[in-house]
Amino acid sequence: MDLERFREETREWLLANAPKSMFTQPKSMDEICWGGRKTQYPPDVKRWLDVMAERGWTAPAWPKEYGGGGLNREEAKILSQEMARLRLRPPLTGFGLSMIGPLLLQEGSEELKRTHLPPIIRGEIRWCQGYSEPGSGSDLASLQTRAEVDGDSFLLNGQKVWTSYADKADWMFILVRTDPTAKKQEGITFLLMDMDTPGVSVKPILLISGSSPFCETFLESVRVPRANVVGRVNGGWAMAKALLGHERTMIADVFKDRVPGNPLVDLARQYIGGEGRIADAIVRDRITQNDMDQRCLDLTLARSRDEAKAGHKPGPETSIFKYYGTETNMRRRELMVEILGPQGLGWEGAGFDDKELTITRDWLRSRGNSIEGGTSEIQLNIIAKRVLGLPD
Amino acid sequence: MALVLTEEQELLRHSAREFVTKNSPLKRVRALRDSRDPVGFSRELWSEMAQLGWLGIIFPETFGGAGLGYMDLIVVMEELGRNLLPEPMLANVLLGGNAILLGGNESQQQTLLPPLIEGKLLLTVACHEPRARYDLHRVATRADRSGRGWQLSGTKTLVPDGNVADRLVVAARTAGAATDRDGITLFLVNRSASGVSVTPQSVVDSRNAAVVSLDKVPVTEADVVGEVDHGGELLAAVIDRASVGLCAEMLGGMSAAFEMTLDYLKTRTQFGVLIGTFQALKHRAAKLYTETELARSAVMAAAQAVDTNDRDLPLLVSLAKARCSDSFVLIVNEGIQMHGGIGMTDEHDIGLFAKRARAAQLTFGDAAYHRNRYAELSGY
Repeated sequence: MDLERFREETREWLLANAPKSMFTQPKSMDEICWGGRKTQYPPDVKRWLDVMAERGWTAPAWPKEYGGGGLNREEAKILSQEMARLRLRPPLTGFGLSMIGPLLLQEGSEELKRTHLPPIIRGEIRWCQGYSEPGSGSDLASLQTRAEVDGDSFLLNGQKVWTSYADKADWMFILVRTDPTAKKQEGITFLLMDMDTPGVSVKPILLISGSSPFCETFLESVRVPRANVVGRVNGGWAMAKALLGHERTMIADVFKDRVPGNPLVDLARQYIGGEGRIADAIVRDRITQNDMDQRCLDLTLARSRDEAKAGHKPGPETSIFKYYGTETNMRRRELMVEILGPQGLGWEGAGFDDKELTITRDWLRSRGNSIEGGTSEIQLNIIAKRVLGLPD
Repeated sequence: MALVLTEEQELLRHSAREFVTKNSPLKRVRALRDSRDPVGFSRELWSEMAQLGWLGIIFPETFGGAGLGYMDLIVVMEELGRNLLPEPMLANVLLGGNAILLGGNESQQQTLLPPLIEGKLLLTVACHEPRARYDLHRVATRADRSGRGWQLSGTKTLVPDGNVADRLVVAARTAGAATDRDGITLFLVNRSASGVSVTPQSVVDSRNAAVVSLDKVPVTEADVVGEVDHGGELLAAVIDRASVGLCAEMLGGMSAAFEMTLDYLKTRTQFGVLIGTFQALKHRAAKLYTETELARSAVMAAAQAVDTNDRDLPLLVSLAKARCSDSFVLIVNEGIQMHGGIGMTDEHDIGLFAKRARAAQLTFGDAAYHRNRYAELSGY
């Protein structure tokens, strides 16, 4: 189809089908749709999800046979441009769309694709990631959760930690040890596990920010069918590495303000003063530095996407996105609290407004950015080893 | 437009690298410096570069150019930067050539651009004055009315390739006070004209630079480039484009300095192991690599902004120049440190990059200047 016509029709369709409130930024985290059976979303959020999912536009570039939008690159780009232009919220986010879905498309069996992709697209199933363990943080390959063959299934025993939103997720993709005698990377298998299986229990972890986005997940004789292996048995490390690339790009993408304009400038005008030029020259320079760092990163992300389209495979250099994106976001969050001054001290209640309280909590939450998903130090190790070829 | 090189641009990169490696190893640059060569570059090499079409990349075919864009030019500039070539691309193509291309009238373009593209005429822009720092509009050089023309009087300094240029595009004040935005006019001046005296300067990176003193130098209406009193905007447009080229050169310089340092980490042994096994150095190397990748994106975005007539060009130039200034200086500082003792000797090449990094940083505005400009352009 002619692209300009596609653009017009897309725009018209979006205008006709998106609920009015979806043309604004989410007012709180509760309005961001992660899908799943365990969370109730506001009516407009749910309606927006349903209408987009029906068209496959929650996953615009995924094949139609699995319920995706079947759009080619140009069309998908147009859809995303038109949504950005209308300031429309994404109808759905989460690990299904950004991580396990792309991996299944790349590596999954036909049966796994048919079973799992449609519910991801419809937002019915929310996924979580079972990677880290109490004894395996940065050294992920040392993981100990055992999976022993028992007939047509594996029996899982062990514990996962830092499982994002395990309490809200319906399914987990999980790394387990299937061969304890092999070299540590070679005895790992990548499995898909229903969180409702008997033997799975979840306990949220309270963070310094006061929120609990992470959980501990306990596994006691959890039975998972052998058919749920992605890739091959003992070939899970390759799957994990393929997926980490997606995760690092996603984290760098997620941790930035998507609001048009620069919210730090408005904040500085309000708390420090200055009609045109921000009154404090040092704060102004720090805002600019942060803005420019983010812009350079955004351009590098765009360049990486363009290179992928031109046929270059995404490589270990995606580690720079995770490293630099989180460090930039953390500097930004600190700067925001410092712009608030004493008003940045609020934890809750009297004397502080919601925005101030959010900024303070977000700063505390951001301290984890350079730890979760592979610490900054691990990213730098990866760059040093895989990109620069520095010796061990 | 995608932030990725086309096949043709990849080919251009390949042939530029081959040419530069073959014809201009760093020892050539070093020899030019050590011999205090009065020309400061090789006219033979310059003429070969002209034959390759590099001088005409950004100029329309009607003048003998290639009619390509900045995405092509930055590929060549980066390769020249990798080996610190002192040939006058910046002064001649990016400054002088752009002044004529953007502001010159038909007759100026037809007389000047073809020989410039063939490498037979050297142009430069003389705009910087002793106390102007990075303020393009701080022009004290006067253009006093004299009959139907003017007389130029004043002093320009750090004029790139001013000692060898045949013609200079001189910024002078036709109206207003020394710091006014308006009232600046650009004039074409022959280096050999009466009243022009040129004194070569010795600068830290050993590139060509000169003090140009003007004492009642007569110019006419025909010598005006662009519009009388509106040279300030033209100058800003020229400097923005020249900055894109300079940034690409800096990208090449920082990449080469980084690779040189990385090689050293992989070959130097201490305590019985390669120093590249030390995590303290690995992490710093990884950060420097990140800097080169971020700088590359900014440079490409700025080049693309020229090619697409993007309104955001000045903003993206500031983004690129701030980044390249900071990154290049960081990379050469770390480069010297990681090389240890040998890194601080004149004998080692890393020092040549350190000097070029400093000179490039302090040309067309350093990072602090461009952060301020970026903030101003963003309305805060």
